[in-house]
Amino acid sequence: MSDTTRASRQSRRGFLQALGAMGAAAVLPGTAEAAARREELATLHDLSRCIGCGACVTACRETNARKHPNPQKPFPKMLPNRVKVSDWSERRDVTDRLTPYNWLTIQSISVEHAGRTHEIHIPRRCMHCQNPPCANLCPWGAARKQADGIVRIEDDACMGGSKCRSVCPWMIPQRQTGVGIYLDLLPSLAGNGVMFKCDRCYDRIEQGQLPACVEICPLEVQKIGPREKIVARAHELAERMGGYLYGETENGGTNTIYVSPVPFEKLDAALDADTAQGRPHLGPAPDRLGLEQKLAWAFVAAPLAGLAAGLRAGRKKDA
Amino acid sequence: MPKPVAARWFRIVYGLSVAALAISGMAQMPIFKRYYLADIPGLGWLAHYFVTHHVHYFAALPFLGITIYAFVRYLRDWRRGMRLSALGLARALVVGVLIASGVLRVLKNRPDLFFGPALVQALDFVHLGAAVLFGLLVLAAVLARRKPYLVASAAAGSGGGAHLG
Repeated sequence: MSDTTRASRQSRRGFLQALGAMGAAAVLPGTAEAAARREELATLHDLSRCIGCGACVTACRETNARKHPNPQKPFPKMLPNRVKVSDWSERRDVTDRLTPYNWLTIQSISVEHAGRTHEIHIPRRCMHCQNPPCANLCPWGAARKQADGIVRIEDDACMGGSKCRSVCPWMIPQRQTGVGIYLDLLPSLAGNGVMFKCDRCYDRIEQGQLPACVEICPLEVQKIGPREKIVARAHELAERMGGYLYGETENGGTNTIYVSPVPFEKLDAALDADTAQGRPHLGPAPDRLGLEQKLAWAFVAAPLAGLAAGLRAGRKKDA
Repeated sequence: MPKPVAARWFRIVYGLSVAALAISGMAQMPIFKRYYLADIPGLGWLAHYFVTHHVHYFAALPFLGITIYAFVRYLRDWRRGMRLSALGLARALVVGVLIASGVLRVLKNRPDLFFGPALVQALDFVHLGAAVLFGLLVLAAVLARRKPYLVASAAAGSGGGAHLG
């Protein structure tokens, strides 16, 4: 049996075990098969169920603790000195924002809508975009998208230049100085650490397990499944509750879809988000690689034009 | 100075597109802001990744078009009595690698086409490595005063050279 086949069977068995353990509530039908086929999986967050208990935050931190950075100090002197050190190693317990040690944070707000007050808690982490700018524009291929829809940063290849954060509509990745490959290259002149963010527990998924935040949630706020089924379920849920969606079309489509009883414009206005400080917004997010997609056809037309011009020029000369 | 075989418009488009590709390509690494180059008046755009990415795309189109044009002209016309110099051949091969890896990167940026992480990383390094090599070959050609891609073939017997660009 090949490794792939074995992994697929293991993955399917693991998902079926998780399915049984959780009463099938968090895992949509077809998930095991989709995982075995390495198809994109997405998550659905029913914000009407979340009470902001923080169990997902704790589970994420504990499960992924071994992936968290352990920086070498003192940090290399940065040249030029406009390059700021980003050190969260003395503030590892911060949970009210995204940091290299906290890949999931909960934003809690109270907001009026349709004549009543809603207490809304929004678990925030990487949206795992379908066409992620971080992965497409990383100059080193360190940020990457997997076939199963997970977008993650390979810490062995990341230089910590934070381009991924700059191009992310929600500025999700967070930098820790003093770790990574840049220390072995030109630590003062190039790079500044490693970028960290949610990897949707890719290693647990490979083992056929659920992401820690999905598995731990006592209120089953999250569901995981093949993207098209998650989208369909999200629309059903929104219709049932008279709710609203976020994440289906944002940035061209993501694999994290929120359903809320309150419009996201209101949530975003009430959030007082500070996206650049690890507290992401819930506002509009146009497709950041939209122009690149539109221009792709031109890369077929340009060589054809060159070919035609070359043939025509040659013919004119022959004539 | 050998007479160029390519028209003046060709050499201008080639030179401008190569310059734009080189600058916007380097700007894909987070270096222009770090090293104050984007602080120079008029160069602030170099710190904006999407602006430089779009410039890279728009500069790649004429570069791709005229490279194919030159390839066709070489096969049909220019190779009669001419041959690629050693540095010309090396640059032409590297340009081929740059175009192939660049087009694959363009395809990769579409959501409907999936490239595995290992392939993406390989493409990144091949494209970057080819760009650095191309720069070094251009520098070598300039320093050796052997800029022409094409030189007269032995059969033609003139021993002179001719510019492509």
